[in-house]
Amino acid sequence: MEDTDTALTLEGGPGDKATIVVQSGDFDKLYSALIISNGALAMGMDVSLYFTFWGLMRLRKGALESGPLSKMHMFGLGKWMVKRRMRKAKVVSLERLAQDFKALGGKIFACDMTMDIMGIKPEDLRQDLIEEYCAVGTYIEEARHSIITLFI
Amino acid sequence: MAEIKLDVRGETCPVPLVEVRKALRKAAPGDVIEVVGTHPSSKKEIPMAVKALKLEILGVEEEADTWKIRIQR
Repeated sequence: MEDTDTALTLEGGPGDKATIVVQSGDFDKLYSALIISNGALAMGMDVSLYFTFWGLMRLRKGALESGPLSKMHMFGLGKWMVKRRMRKAKVVSLERLAQDFKALGGKIFACDMTMDIMGIKPEDLRQDLIEEYCAVGTYIEEARHSIITLFI
Repeated sequence: MAEIKLDVRGETCPVPLVEVRKALRKAAPGDVIEVVGTHPSSKKEIPMAVKALKLEILGVEEEADTWKIRIQR
């Protein structure tokens, strides 16, 4: 269906934006980043996510859900237990959150220096999710126009 | 003017909020969206989002654990 939303972009001021650096590749921290992002988008803000270092590693194909827990990972046992409880609480997957993020107009930026360090090429990454490959200048340009900035 | 029904019963954070936003993006001005759900915080947060989007809440009803919110696009 056609998106009739163009007139529905909030106050539209420079402050109606959130920019989040996703530096961690931890499973639980990715949840924090994507839930906050989707909440901000749902409430009418623009959102930019800047994936760098361990965060960017989660944008490799097939890696989104594969991060360890930041605490109590216990060689995977902790994560298995937490995932089981999340399923019971009907928490959606990171993949679903990422798809919703894109559907609501969120933008994902990939740090090209991390790609150099880790030897990652664009074709190794989820190009369906990534808007742009860039460096710190782009992050600052996004962040300076944002009322919410977080480092996760 | 269409009436759009949205059922997010059993869904948790952030799905009710996200699904309302998706429905609002698809709706035409004048449409009414009726969303039913059970996630407790969403009952007050969906109206917050609607206010932030400068749209109007037509009503909030609650029966047992289920709430129903009507939104004017």
